[in-house]
Amino acid sequence: MTAAISVSGLVKSFGRTRALDGLDLTVAQGEVHGFLGPNGSGKSTTIRVLLGLLRRDAGTARLLGGDPWHDAVTLHRRLAYVPGDVTLWRNLSGGEAIDLLGRLRGGLDAGRRAELLERFELDPTKKGRAYSKGNRQKVALVAALASDAELLILDEPTSGLDPLMEKVFRRCVSEERDRGRTVLLSSHILSEVEALCDRVSIIRAGRTVETGSLTELRHLTRTAVSAELAADPTGLENLPGVHDLVVDGNRVRCQVDAEHLDALLRAFGRSGVRSLTSRPPTLEELFLRHYATEVTA
Amino acid sequence: MTALTGTGPLLRLALRRDRITLPVWVYLLTASVASTTYSFKKLYGTAASRGQLAASLAGNGSLRALYGPLGDSGIGGITVWRIGVTGAALAAAMSILLVVRHTRAQEEDGRLELIGAGAVARPAPLTAALAAAALANGLLALLTTASLVALGQPLAGSLAFGCSLAACGLVFAGVASVTAQLAETGRAANSLAGAALGLAYVLRAASDASTVHGPGAFDWLSPIGWSEQVQPYGADRWWVLLLSLAVAGLLAGVAYTLVGRRDLGSGLLPQRPGPATAARTLRTPFALAVRLQRGTLAGWCAAFAVAGGVFGAIAKGIVDLVGGNRPVADVLRRMGGQHGVADAYLSSIMGILGMLAAVYAVQCVLRLRAEETEGRAEPVLAGPVSRLGWATGHLLFPLLGSAALLTCGGLAAGAAEHATLGDRAGSVAELLGGALVQLPAVWLTAAAAVLLLGLAPRWTSAGWGVLTAFVLIGWLGPALQADQWVLDLSPFTHTPHLPGGTFAAQPLLWLTLLTAALTAAGLTGLRHRDLG
Ligand SMILES: Nc1ncnc2c1ncn2[C@@H]1O[C@H](COP(=O)(O)OP(=O)(O)OP(=O)(O)O)[C@@H](O)[C@H]1O
Ligand SMILES: [Mg+2]
Repeated sequence: MTAAISVSGLVKSFGRTRALDGLDLTVAQGEVHGFLGPNGSGKSTTIRVLLGLLRRDAGTARLLGGDPWHDAVTLHRRLAYVPGDVTLWRNLSGGEAIDLLGRLRGGLDAGRRAELLERFELDPTKKGRAYSKGNRQKVALVAALASDAELLILDEPTSGLDPLMEKVFRRCVSEERDRGRTVLLSSHILSEVEALCDRVSIIRAGRTVETGSLTELRHLTRTAVSAELAADPTGLENLPGVHDLVVDGNRVRCQVDAEHLDALLRAFGRSGVRSLTSRPPTLEELFLRHYATEVTA
Repeated sequence: MTALTGTGPLLRLALRRDRITLPVWVYLLTASVASTTYSFKKLYGTAASRGQLAASLAGNGSLRALYGPLGDSGIGGITVWRIGVTGAALAAAMSILLVVRHTRAQEEDGRLELIGAGAVARPAPLTAALAAAALANGLLALLTTASLVALGQPLAGSLAFGCSLAACGLVFAGVASVTAQLAETGRAANSLAGAALGLAYVLRAASDASTVHGPGAFDWLSPIGWSEQVQPYGADRWWVLLLSLAVAGLLAGVAYTLVGRRDLGSGLLPQRPGPATAARTLRTPFALAVRLQRGTLAGWCAAFAVAGGVFGAIAKGIVDLVGGNRPVADVLRRMGGQHGVADAYLSSIMGILGMLAAVYAVQCVLRLRAEETEGRAEPVLAGPVSRLGWATGHLLFPLLGSAALLTCGGLAAGAAEHATLGDRAGSVAELLGGALVQLPAVWLTAAAAVLLLGLAPRWTSAGWGVLTAFVLIGWLGPALQADQWVLDLSPFTHTPHLPGGTFAAQPLLWLTLLTAALTAAGLTGLRHRDLG
């Protein structure tokens, strides 16, 4: 089975800014793929290249087996897109915009359209400017979800939705996954990514820094450990892979790389352990670590 | 918090945003005035030559309709005659665009919201925009006066002329400040104020064409007419300037009242809900373009019909006028009879309609760029729609919409002329022809904007600059006795002067071919460039 999206070594510059700098991204068919990165890291730019709106400077990009630039029109029949910043035509109602965008793609399922309007509690008779930000977003979401496109490209689709609607959105996306559709989901909302995505790619400054399933990613990162020891510990600061060490008498808190956990526990054993808690990193910590390295790098 | 809080920073922001646009406007206006004076000094250096000019103008209602009456026959006087009305109208256009740009247009794309949330009084953006307009018009008055004085013209008349231009600018700054409150979009606010300017222009043209000496009595109905009534270098009627100032102040007052009564982002007219589902036909990029552009086209068609009708109806007044002035009538009869007078006038009107149609056509092309930059093209082009399909849907409007405008204008002028003059059977068809021969030149102007859109998208709005250059070449070139190659740069130079002139298909063919080439180059550029 070919990948729905495969991008490698993608480069795109705007004048002197290098927005993409050798980016790699592979999205398998049928998966929901999280696309993460700090502001300005190049997520939207990647998506625009994939949509054939921007021309890549270097690298390869394949979308549904075709070339995103040359085969744009035929490929677009098979995908639906929700931009991060939805602007609507001010003299068209939301319902008209939904119909137009659906029909350009060959028509949409009226039943499904009605169902989605109801689930998202969207009034289709308002016109462009009269919609709030979240409601404009919903117009684009309904148009995309009501289509029968095999690939959904969603660029921060929930940035304006309230928590209730965000829940509806999650349910819709998991339904789409169950129907076998592929989803590329760019998002800053980690709980959303955690709930929906099979695999994620993290980028920063136009490069992919990590890609894999969430379990794999967790594996690569540090575990938070806190312990109460029988005696004051010694030599912990010299252990490899131990970070953020705080020693307060016989209490110890630290972070440890997964592959050095073993050595730390042996060191604890030498002092005698009264209590021990360890937890895997939260997604938050995981991302913060990747995002933050940008500052120091 | 006072009503002025935040005005200072906003004014500085406005001036910074316009740091290129405003100086260019003021420079072009001042330079037009100065170069007119300069070349008139050479061309009409002697009192005798100016007397001849005055005599030949006295009976020519068509020229009076176009440029206004000749007051004083000194160098300053003929400068005012040649460029006063045009200059006042351009100062008005500058002010309208400026005020709308810093009020409604800013509000429309949400920037004002960011500002409105800061320590800024509600009317501050309006105050800042009006202050910027006052500065621009003040500068215009100052520089015009200075350049005329430097060219040896009397100070009082020069100052009166500079102030008369600025006064017209201020009145329309006031008009724009009101339309910016009424309309919901910058485009609509510009169109409403532009319609008012058009009406003012037509009213004074009708008024000036219908009298022999001095400005027409109906001038008092038109703010452009007020500027003429100042009569620089002649009576120097300063008090007329007070009328303009009072009206400008009154309009600004209305705008301030309206600002206090409406929500940020909305107009005065409430939004009505639209249909829940789209009409069956709304399924192609072309259908979308029709939906977006049809209202504008209808408005322009109506304006063309009115303008054509008024200008057509004036033709009779011109023929009558010349009939009563024996020596002039004799001269003109030798040049081609009474119809010659009417024809010369009507063919100039057709030229004006052509340039106005070019305004519409350029505006349509810029609409395409706005769709792109404001993000509305993105969801359409993310569908199975080629860029060519998307662009051609919109470009049919400059192509066919401008034909519709000229048809409306030509038919209305023909019908009005036929109704008043009666004896010229076939004049409707002739005037329709006279209007439609403008099309290739209109298309070429739009094609220049398409070329920019494709190859230098950031500079698409320089399409206005191209149009302005064509207009200036057409209006000032002949009077300044510019070299033929300069005149040839404007496509309107190559358009046959109908009715009355000889029809030649060849230049029209060339213009059309050039249009096709520029459009093709522009569209090829559009297909190969980044979007957004
Ligand atoms: N049209 C453009 N012209 C110039 N620079 C651009 C353009 N589009 C994007 N950039 C630059 O490219 C970089 C990547 O931008 P992009 O919009 O892809 O970021 P993003 O990851 O989507 O950020 P966010 O999370 O804020 O949406 C930024 O530095 C941005 O300034
Ligand atoms: Mg983005």
